[in-house]
Amino acid sequence: MLDIKGVSKTFNPGTINEKTALRNVSLHLDDGDFVTVIGGNGAGKSTLLNTVAGTYFPDAGAITIDGVDVTRLPEHKRAKYIGRVFQDPMTGTAATMQIEENLALARRRGARRTLRPGITRAERAEYQELLQVLDLGLEDRLTAKVGLLSGGQRQALTLLMASLVKPKLLLLDEHTAALDPKTAAKVLDATEKIVQRDHLTTLMITHNMRDAIVHGNRLIMVYEGRIVLDIAGEEKKKLTVEDLLAKFGQATGSDEADDKLLLG
Amino acid sequence: MDFLLSFFNSLPNAVGQGLIWGIMAIGVYITYRILDVADLTVDGSLTTGGAVCAVCITMGWNPWLALLAAVLAGMLAGLVTGLLHTACGIPAILAGILTQLALYSINLRIMAIGDPNAATKATLALSVDNDQLLLSSRYIRYTSLENPLVLLVPVTLVVIALLYWFFGTELGSALRATGANQAMAQAQGINTSFGKVLGLVVSNGLVALSGALLAQYQGSSTNDMGRGAIVIGLAAVIIGEVLLSKVFRNFALKLLSAVIGAIIYYAVITLVLRLGLESTDLKLLTALVVAIFLAIPHWKGRYFSKHLRKGGTSHA
Repeated sequence: MLDIKGVSKTFNPGTINEKTALRNVSLHLDDGDFVTVIGGNGAGKSTLLNTVAGTYFPDAGAITIDGVDVTRLPEHKRAKYIGRVFQDPMTGTAATMQIEENLALARRRGARRTLRPGITRAERAEYQELLQVLDLGLEDRLTAKVGLLSGGQRQALTLLMASLVKPKLLLLDEHTAALDPKTAAKVLDATEKIVQRDHLTTLMITHNMRDAIVHGNRLIMVYEGRIVLDIAGEEKKKLTVEDLLAKFGQATGSDEADDKLLLG
Repeated sequence: MDFLLSFFNSLPNAVGQGLIWGIMAIGVYITYRILDVADLTVDGSLTTGGAVCAVCITMGWNPWLALLAAVLAGMLAGLVTGLLHTACGIPAILAGILTQLALYSINLRIMAIGDPNAATKATLALSVDNDQLLLSSRYIRYTSLENPLVLLVPVTLVVIALLYWFFGTELGSALRATGANQAMAQAQGINTSFGKVLGLVVSNGLVALSGALLAQYQGSSTNDMGRGAIVIGLAAVIIGEVLLSKVFRNFALKLLSAVIGAIIYYAVITLVLRLGLESTDLKLLTALVVAIFLAIPHWKGRYFSKHLRKGGTSHA
């Protein structure tokens, strides 16, 4: 479903702020893969996701989604294939617009926007039902401005928006990091439900190793712009945090795993 | 008593001017409030609208056609600013200034079209007696169909109705999302560059319409009629919001409040002129009013946040 081949990305090349974020990264995701991504601050996790999403173009390499080469496709055109939830709850929704307006915008992802009505009566009924499933008490607040919602509610709404038109690829960039533990668990729960229900191919960055182990069928670890660990299947099911730290040490020859990963 | 009488006598004119500038303020509302861009093109495109309309009318065109030509010219100006901003990567505010500056030269040329004796012209007079005009300030106190309000009120309502419809469509919603949250808009597959260009085109079309109506109303198109227009437009938008935002929640009513803001602005201007200020002092006064109204929310925010810190509660 997703093919990343030899992708490299360097920021501010030739300056004192030069930073190589991705070094010749290759990754293949099968249809329905749910891959969790871990790594310390500045390891290149977000750059990886943003390069797939089209926020910036790679310096080298190619990205293919379901057979379509998207390497040079601008972000808004690529959005046809991709659903996204960001780390900052403010990023994924338009605060000054109503809940139903946000959903209606997401409903038209990948479609040509015409002079037809921006939202129809039939849609409103549908959204009410979908919000009911989220169980956040939003189903009766369709016309409320999104800016009035809590961070957790906004992330859940963004998640719903990302999956409203079934994406070929779901990108989650530490989407629970800004939430309190209880809300984070709730949003993660909703994520699991939606991914299972729609059989979504998913890349999820998380800073929480336990979440990375519990969720998904495959786990990768990024370190200094490379994928240093790739654990799937039965091995992943049996994985513990201690295993992960040990494997990290072996893979990188570094014992800074505790600091970099647990604190990072 | 004399003072009040002369003030009330000039109120109809303030309403006429206010309605014309209200259409301009709606254009400013689209860029400033919806797209979150301060577009300085309008100082030039207002004059362009007036110039194109005046030239077409002196050449004997149907005045409605002249109005349409003015709108198209304004849209073209908006397109240039939009492309400078999106395709050339120039910051929106600078892109607007560049177009505005270029329009200064272009407007002088436009007004000389059809005159074999001049290459440029700074003013072009229109006469109610000789030219076919849609409206004139001469009839502002008449109780007949010639009164400009008979035209201006329906035109304003039609503009508001059209924009209300447009911003409810898929395309209009995408434009609002572009202004509200660009990252979100892009993630939802919206071409934000196209949205910005479209918004600037629509906005400057309205501003040129306002300029075209103004040229006919005052009986001339002059090269400096648009100077400071952006500030007057902002003043109208802000006055409307400060006074009416609690009452007017609906989008159509928000546009209407910009028009009402423009009328109030001209009523206040009329008042201070009667109080003895020179008309050349008005730009200073306008700048002061806009600066104060823009500063109030900032001050309020600062006071409010200090208050929170004292309370020792944080809502992070």
